[in-house]
Amino acid sequence: MSETTTTIAPEKVEVQKGWGGQSVPRREDKRLLQGEGVFFDDVKRHGMGYLHFVRSPYAHAHITRVDVSAAEAIPGVYGTLTGEEVAALTEPFFQISSAPGAHLKDYALAVGKVRYVGEPVVAVVAETRELARDASELVEVDYEPLPALVDARRSLDDDAPVLHEEADGNLMWTGLYAWGDVDSAFAEADRVVKIPELHFHRFNSTPLECDGALVEFNRGVGQWTITTNNQFPGFAAIMMGPAMRVGLDKLRFVTQDIGGGFGNKITSHPQLVACCLLARKLNRPIQWTEWRTDFHLSMSHGNERWFHDTEVAVKADGTLLGFRTKALDDAGAWLRYEPLGGVIWAQVTPGMYRWRHIELEFTQVATNKAPVSPNRGYSRMQHLWFTERVIDIVARELGLDPVEVRKRNYVRADEMPYETPNGCIYDSGDYAAMLDMALELVGHDRLEERRAEAKERGKVLGFGIGSTLDSGTNNFGQSRMINPELQFSGNNEVATVKLDIFGEIVVTLGTTPQGQGHETTAAQVVADILRCSVDDVHVRAGHDSYWNSHAGFSGTYASQFAVTGLGAVKGATEMLAGEIKRLASAVFGGVPVEQLELADGGVRIKENPDAFLPFMACGAIINANNAGLPEELDVTLNCRYVYRPPFQVPDVERKYGNLTLTYAAQIHCAVIEIDPETGYYELVDYSAVDDCGRRINPQIVEGQVMGATAQAIGAAMHEIYEYDEEGNLLTPNFYDYHVPHALDMPPLATGALESPSPFTPLGTKGMGEGGGAGIHAICAAVQDATGQVVTDSHNPYQRVWRMLQEESSGR
Amino acid sequence: MEIAVNVNGTTYERDVEPRRLLIHFLRDDLDLTGSHVGCDTGNCGACSVIVDGALVKSCMMLAVQANGSAVETVEGLAENGELTPLQQAFNEHHALQCGYCTPGMLMSATALLREHPSPSDDEIKKGLQGNICRCTGYWNIFEAVKAAAR
Repeated sequence: MSETTTTIAPEKVEVQKGWGGQSVPRREDKRLLQGEGVFFDDVKRHGMGYLHFVRSPYAHAHITRVDVSAAEAIPGVYGTLTGEEVAALTEPFFQISSAPGAHLKDYALAVGKVRYVGEPVVAVVAETRELARDASELVEVDYEPLPALVDARRSLDDDAPVLHEEADGNLMWTGLYAWGDVDSAFAEADRVVKIPELHFHRFNSTPLECDGALVEFNRGVGQWTITTNNQFPGFAAIMMGPAMRVGLDKLRFVTQDIGGGFGNKITSHPQLVACCLLARKLNRPIQWTEWRTDFHLSMSHGNERWFHDTEVAVKADGTLLGFRTKALDDAGAWLRYEPLGGVIWAQVTPGMYRWRHIELEFTQVATNKAPVSPNRGYSRMQHLWFTERVIDIVARELGLDPVEVRKRNYVRADEMPYETPNGCIYDSGDYAAMLDMALELVGHDRLEERRAEAKERGKVLGFGIGSTLDSGTNNFGQSRMINPELQFSGNNEVATVKLDIFGEIVVTLGTTPQGQGHETTAAQVVADILRCSVDDVHVRAGHDSYWNSHAGFSGTYASQFAVTGLGAVKGATEMLAGEIKRLASAVFGGVPVEQLELADGGVRIKENPDAFLPFMACGAIINANNAGLPEELDVTLNCRYVYRPPFQVPDVERKYGNLTLTYAAQIHCAVIEIDPETGYYELVDYSAVDDCGRRINPQIVEGQVMGATAQAIGAAMHEIYEYDEEGNLLTPNFYDYHVPHALDMPPLATGALESPSPFTPLGTKGMGEGGGAGIHAICAAVQDATGQVVTDSHNPYQRVWRMLQEESSGR
Repeated sequence: MEIAVNVNGTTYERDVEPRRLLIHFLRDDLDLTGSHVGCDTGNCGACSVIVDGALVKSCMMLAVQANGSAVETVEGLAENGELTPLQQAFNEHHALQCGYCTPGMLMSATALLREHPSPSDDEIKKGLQGNICRCTGYWNIFEAVKAAAR
């Protein structure tokens, strides 16, 4: 870990006036630093019962008998819920997929069959956490075990165990993507580089707070209040409402602080349905807090993906012409957000590179493992890892410098905005300049000296680059490429800004932040427009669907707040500023609004600053002292704005169109040193350069860069959800699933470029996910050090040791 | 079992089940919800508190074991809403994002700085080794602790 980090102030940064662009210390911190945050598990209600799930010990089995009587007989046990009850009380969840995945019958609890170890089978509710867990031991479930399917590559074999009989096999979704003229690219190529198999492993971000909820049922109005850390309530609602046969007004989602999400908290809707049913059945609030092992067993694993039979068409000088490959995606047992991963990757089809001819056959299959769901870098990270692996393998095959191959093929700054072969628009950026900065920060010019010096110490040095993109602000129309019958497109987010009776500026967001500092950055945007201090702006913490400040796509996911969330904040604040001026115009006897300006916490006449109406007066007049105002004055000082990005519905036939609005870029460089005796290796130097357009709060941006870097380092070196042949998870807790600790972190130098997006209200880009650049860079460094082609995204010490053995034995 | 535990200067007398974990005693019985649960296995340190001067993971200790002890939690750090220099440094250095690990981090760092008011870089890293953060990558936490050290 570094003693210092460096941020280079690039030439491109405009000098910002006002709050935007400043590293304003976060306004969330005061409560969080004093233990005064409110996370879902901090909320208590009178008479609430604690829920514990009885989970499957088998990866694949028929359920032949369920008996809850012994558990229910224990004093203090309030009741249970079984799969049979769930099947009677609810509809299966809506499936995003077209056939055959569309035929899945997915419920809140297992019905008739279990399909992965850890699948919830029965829910038990009791007076205390401990009692609920004890009583779960008394639930009797008889199973008839079936052969388990663990390796996705076997899923389509004739003799493979079938998970979902109704889908008639394990194929969930498949589609062919082809752009340009791939055959001509191969005809033109000097070399065809072939890569038989690449594998991106299964892991996720393991937020420190597990999933959970406190669910109350208001019997009189038939409404549930769900205090939860779900990070995409809009999605949960459209999954839960139809399943529970109720309108969305009956599902009130509330959250304040969330202990990390990283996409992993999008698909808790099955468990939330179980809580809702029990709150109604038992007529008491239901408290569910997932245990760490439950999370590892069952929640939101990242997509495991194979790339087979890859062929790359290249010129002798390293110019990339095109590629074809077959992607095989392991969805696990259920399609909870899938098969959207089957199209989301296409947001970054060519990676950072200029090749124009691409063919990718995408196939997603079911296996007896936990369902996959979005994980930081969702689906694009897998594909970008693939493109980065291709670049380094091509460079190796051609004997070229990976730096030069990248620079030769990067999309150039003067080509921005750049249309990719599949119709996405890369909005801005200068990738070559970013690489130069990253190389300088990591001391690349001394690389060979350092390699020799490490060798003298008996160490093997390796250097690698990860060039990656963080596409943000989805066009949900891309879901139609998965299923043409879906009626989703575009995107939206909501904010309200109002002046209250004493002049308080109150902001409400539709988002569900998990540490991204929305309260701070929103206040910065508002303060700049209203010409006041950030301290005068009160941004409500959290999300409540009663606030009416949300829309269908509201939430915090997929790198979009700086565009959609702040776009909504800007829109609402500008509406409010306009209303304040119209009110002042009336109060000042008809002074034209053009002659008014906001300043110093109020509105005044430009030419006569003494004519000043403070916000307090504005708020008081409209809210409590409005007699005599002109009838035609249409002002509420309570403004709601829905930001809607400029999207078209993509061409489903050609699988063509702009799938995301912004493309933040990251280039990371890693230097490793391996002990050849053991394979143990350390990151000895690391640089991370980020370009996310205009930065509202550089310190918060850098924090996101650091977090994404740490998660990538963990994934590349340590973290994996590994199963045995019977489908038992071998890493079900933080002993076996090693996440990085303070001592694991390398010295880090960060840098930033700012290439404002021409397409967004503030020139910002979403950037929270980070594109997994560290995984790409570490894989490249391992390849450089060992001399062996790296074919897996996960390279623990034992694998690196084996690679060194192969290298020394000349294989 | 009847126990009496002093937490942040106040003595609480409660009747608890012998198997009650100290973390659940603090969170559920005393409503001191600042300390968090992140792992159930003693790995993550989100539940770290100081018991009779020693840093303890409160999910690894029974409430009855704290009988007669003085426990310090994150709620006891700031006095009258005035943040300690360590808490201020966390804010200034952006050493927290979601804030879930933060109470445990603060208690570990507080214990470290009591023992080593001017810790070396290595001592800081070792002092934080028992606490997992998934948001920050630790770099800014390290900087904050360093800044708060004398």
